[in-house]
Amino acid sequence: MTDVASSDRAVVVPSVEPTPGMLLRRRIFGHAGFVIGATVLGIIVLMALLAPLISPADPYDQDLSNKLIPPIWSDSAKATWEHPLGTDLLGRDYMSRLFHGAQISLLIGFAAMLISGVIGTTLGVLAGYFGGRVDMVVNFIITTRLSMPVVLVALAVVSLVGSSLTMVIWVLGLLIWDRFAVVMRSATQQVRNLDFVTSAQAVGCSTGRILFSEIMPNIANSLIVIATIEMAHAILLEAALSFLGLGVQPPEPSWGLMIAEAKGMMFFDGWLIAIPGAALFALVLAINLLGDGIRDVTAPENRN
Amino acid sequence: MLVYAVKRLGVAVLVALTVSILSFSMIYLSGDPAIALAGEGSSQEDIENVRRVYGFDRPIIVQYGDWLWSALQGDLGHSNYLKSDVASVIFERLPTTMLLGACALAFALVLSIPLGVLAAIRPNSLIDRIALTVAVIGQAMPSFWFALTLILWFSITWRLLPITGTDSWLNFIMPSIALGYYVTPAVMRLTRAGMLEVLSADYIRTARANGLRPSSVLFKHALRNAIIPVVSLAAVQFGFMLGGSIVIETIFAINGLGFLAWESIQRADLPMMQAIVLVLSVFYILLTFFADMLNAFLDPRIRVS
Repeated sequence: MTDVASSDRAVVVPSVEPTPGMLLRRRIFGHAGFVIGATVLGIIVLMALLAPLISPADPYDQDLSNKLIPPIWSDSAKATWEHPLGTDLLGRDYMSRLFHGAQISLLIGFAAMLISGVIGTTLGVLAGYFGGRVDMVVNFIITTRLSMPVVLVALAVVSLVGSSLTMVIWVLGLLIWDRFAVVMRSATQQVRNLDFVTSAQAVGCSTGRILFSEIMPNIANSLIVIATIEMAHAILLEAALSFLGLGVQPPEPSWGLMIAEAKGMMFFDGWLIAIPGAALFALVLAINLLGDGIRDVTAPENRN
Repeated sequence: MLVYAVKRLGVAVLVALTVSILSFSMIYLSGDPAIALAGEGSSQEDIENVRRVYGFDRPIIVQYGDWLWSALQGDLGHSNYLKSDVASVIFERLPTTMLLGACALAFALVLSIPLGVLAAIRPNSLIDRIALTVAVIGQAMPSFWFALTLILWFSITWRLLPITGTDSWLNFIMPSIALGYYVTPAVMRLTRAGMLEVLSADYIRTARANGLRPSSVLFKHALRNAIIPVVSLAAVQFGFMLGGSIVIETIFAINGLGFLAWESIQRADLPMMQAIVLVLSVFYILLTFFADMLNAFLDPRIRVS
């Protein structure tokens, strides 16, 4: 697909000066990580969005007479196309749970990333732009946050306040903003003293305007990259929390929870943990590859 | 150096104080701690009794001061569940977690530093690509799933390693790998980047021009300088690993601090939870402080600015 497109272009436009858009497209499709990451992430997002339509069964529907049916590729005679990925301990269709679990992972990952992104970017940009005392205070807040163990604090807080989807999102969002702050701070420091910022200050632009229309567009690249890293981080943390029983609560089909529920059966039915684990792995890998791809494709030094 | 050290120490103490306030305030997260302790459906009189006995009727600032003062003297309070004092339980469990963290860090360093060096010697070679793949895959694997997969292979399929407990060094192999692999990508990338930078420096060219053996240039001159940032990264990651050991210790039933934390959370044992958060945070603060000092000692540019 990609080869055909690029060879077509080579035939059609050998003499015309390529536009920036074309160059960008060429860089994107020439970057294997970007293409793979975007494709896999796209498939998982589609899985999540279309879950109610494409699921073979209700993900909550228990059927104890049909429990632990192996997936279709196993040799067992019990395997059936009615349940392509088999059924779990309570006879719930595993494929439907996998599709609906994608919703939870993506929702928590995205929402927690947004919250932490707002907190971290605000802190980082303010510290980087103003420097001095502001920088000192922000640095102090970052150091304090880093010294508290994330998983432990998240578990403790969720157990004290009570676990629900919203609570997991807020706890993670309030905990994982540190990388945003650190990277946005140094990115802002690099941009702050460039000529266009100085001239904006000289013509009397308000601080807010400088931050939003001069600084932000120039640190957006690294912001997007950190956003992908933190989304992946949040998804992994949610899975770990749910695995330990303090994240998403049953009967919701979180992938981490599915692994926890299957733990007792893993010696006999390894696929029960292999399937949601592989899904988690694929999702996080795709997001990371896409993030690396965005970094490489948008980096100025890779433009020519 | 002294001025730098004193400044850094001041910040460390302030951070530790802030962390202590945060861990103390965990008590009030679930609402009234007296009601939580007395249990649901207990009489007003019982609740009042609990409040008086545990001192929840005093002003919060007094409670905090009292808690902090005792903590400074090594008294972290009494467990609600174990009927023994928190400090002795924690320090009984701490060595196991330290050992696990050290093994995991050793595994991570032994794997990632050689890979990083090899990748830097031949950029874009097959080894570089393999190292990059290992890094990308390592970052995407959920640690608990990786741990379960290790158990499935090494304990169930091949019957090589014991699953749970801490009886022999064999018990520590899988937990160390499961805990340590997550750190390898970061260490490897930093080693590779550091080596690439150092290898193109003038003094390396000079060393080579003077006819030093390639291995001597590589290890005595290049790696020594490239490894400096890795030291502080390793210290930071060691701190993160102690915090992350909660997942791994729970899976492998290793009787360390992480497992204790998980048990305490299950039992709603608040004094224990507070103390573990405090101890791990203070340990991390100390670790980063010493890493900074070591860095300043190795690299004069840091302590001057």
